[in-house]
Amino acid sequence: MIRIENVSLRHGKTQILHDISLTIAKGGITALVGPNGAGKSSLLSLIARLQPLQAGRITVDGFHVDATPNRDLARILAILRQDSIFTSRLRVRELVSFGRFPHGRGRLTPADYAIIDQSLQQFDLTDLADRFIETLSGGQRQRALVAMAFAQETDYLLLDEPLNNLDMYFARELMRSLRRIADENGKTIVIVLHDINQAGAHADRIVALKSGRIVADGAPCDLLTPKTLQAIFGFEMRVETVDDTPVVLHFR
Amino acid sequence: MSIAAAKQSSKTGWIAGLTLAVLFVFSLCVGVGDMPVTLLFSDGQALELLLVSRLPRTLAAILVGAGLAIAGLIMQTLARNRYVEPATAGTAQSAELGILLVTLFFPAASLLFKSLAASAAALLGTSLFLMTAHRLPPTQPFLVPLFGLVYGGVIGAAVTFLAWEADLLQYLSVWTNGDFSGVLRGRYELLWLGALMVVIAWIVADRLTIMALGRDASIGLGLDYARMLQLGLTIVSVISALSVVVVGMIPFVGLVVPNIVSRLMGDNMRGTLPFVAASGAILVLGCDILGRLIRYPYEIPVGTMMGCVGGLIFLWLLFRRPSHV
Ligand SMILES: Nc1ncnc2c1ncn2[C@@H]1O[C@H](COP(=O)(O)OP(=O)(O)OP(=O)(O)O)[C@@H](O)[C@H]1O
Ligand SMILES: [Mg+2]
Repeated sequence: MIRIENVSLRHGKTQILHDISLTIAKGGITALVGPNGAGKSSLLSLIARLQPLQAGRITVDGFHVDATPNRDLARILAILRQDSIFTSRLRVRELVSFGRFPHGRGRLTPADYAIIDQSLQQFDLTDLADRFIETLSGGQRQRALVAMAFAQETDYLLLDEPLNNLDMYFARELMRSLRRIADENGKTIVIVLHDINQAGAHADRIVALKSGRIVADGAPCDLLTPKTLQAIFGFEMRVETVDDTPVVLHFR
Repeated sequence: MSIAAAKQSSKTGWIAGLTLAVLFVFSLCVGVGDMPVTLLFSDGQALELLLVSRLPRTLAAILVGAGLAIAGLIMQTLARNRYVEPATAGTAQSAELGILLVTLFFPAASLLFKSLAASAAALLGTSLFLMTAHRLPPTQPFLVPLFGLVYGGVIGAAVTFLAWEADLLQYLSVWTNGDFSGVLRGRYELLWLGALMVVIAWIVADRLTIMALGRDASIGLGLDYARMLQLGLTIVSVISALSVVVVGMIPFVGLVVPNIVSRLMGDNMRGTLPFVAASGAILVLGCDILGRLIRYPYEIPVGTMMGCVGGLIFLWLLFRRPSHV
């Protein structure tokens, strides 16, 4: 369980997050949605202890994120950042194998190799495994980064806009893989999405952030209504229901 | 690593090892004072020369070369910029300042004490450099090396001024321009501490590779980023300080060697670190041998040789675009 209590964040004079409290139960997919600059990435990076907690507290499985040794947390929580830029020349397989680092501290067992191969296969990277990351296309690179987070095999997975640069096929593949590990392995996934329909189709719960506050929270079928969407995004959109899934026609 | 890549790297390994072995033997034979290998065991004087001078000199070149290349690699990892090295970005200059101050106030200090002072000063100077470098916008990668040059230049100028005031200028060139001709048995052994640093770097190679992915990725993978930063700084500072104290600084090794290895083999340090060390040793030993041969029987200091050879390699690196696999 991820428990966020009264978390606030400010950069200089600007208040980024206002007294956020949120509990995310173990197992299942929670989608974070909201306009640009709402504070989604900030909240995620606080949960993943990438920046210091200024006010409030956050626990993951009962561990305080700002008081638990980093290496212990890395075994229960993995994060994929929105903008992972790096200049290292690593091969895809090398990058993905660093996902196993928290478990063996660099020593890879046959089980680790199996997990690495499986992650590569899952994101169709086997043929690209020996290519340097810098030579990949944007979407291929994104897949490699997601594969690395997957290889970490943590109970909690935080993904900040993982669908960036992915084509429709791989976007669907990724969401289905997430669904599978949530259902079969009981993983807890928190994912920032801009594609509201992906959230509607695959998430168990949608939490909407706007200007640093939670403005809506609920199951997709309850939350994806014209009225709520207008309140979150500031414009009117039609919502149809197809096969019991709400579909938002936000593009016309 | 794939099978093809593993084969490739084992072939490169053989070539590097063989080259180093040939240079090693060659370095033992070259210099003023003849030493045909056949004489070694019949002529006691030749053996003495070998043990007192040639062998220490050769070992010093290998240790300094390997060390400086590794120090350059780690410095580039810490600064997250490929174009910095200890010789220019303030580490060497801070070390010089450290020894200068010790020489001023404790003229009788031992080599070990001087090395300690130089290491401490280098640590301080490099930390300051890194703190500033991390504040520079990553969108402008050339700001970091540029800032390093200015920073190193300012400290270097302060060192020169102090040395001039204190009438110690003749010492200064000993520290600023690498030269192996003074290396004798009993005067170079501290460099083995540098070798220890290289071994430590090898032990933490995976962590260093992760560090190169940035702070967030490191924390995400459970690395103690701050502690790794301290360890990296220590390795860079100790290696640089030792080479300043024992033989004088040698430019470009820390810059060109890691860049070449990265282009050829990538940045997974578990695989590339031995090659960085071996290539550094080959480059420095090769330049030292060349310096002994060009104006025989006079010698050109290795620092000067490396200034030319290393500079040329660097220009070649800049103008030759990396080939994408
Ligand atoms: N380091 C920083 N310094 C100052 N302001 C910051 C900093 N990081 C983020 N902000 C501000 O905090 C707010 C929230 O940013 P955040 O990245 O969390 O938004 P987001 O919801 O992830 O947006 P997006 O959908 O565009 O990714 C923004 O207004 C942003 O300008
Ligand atoms: Mg964001």
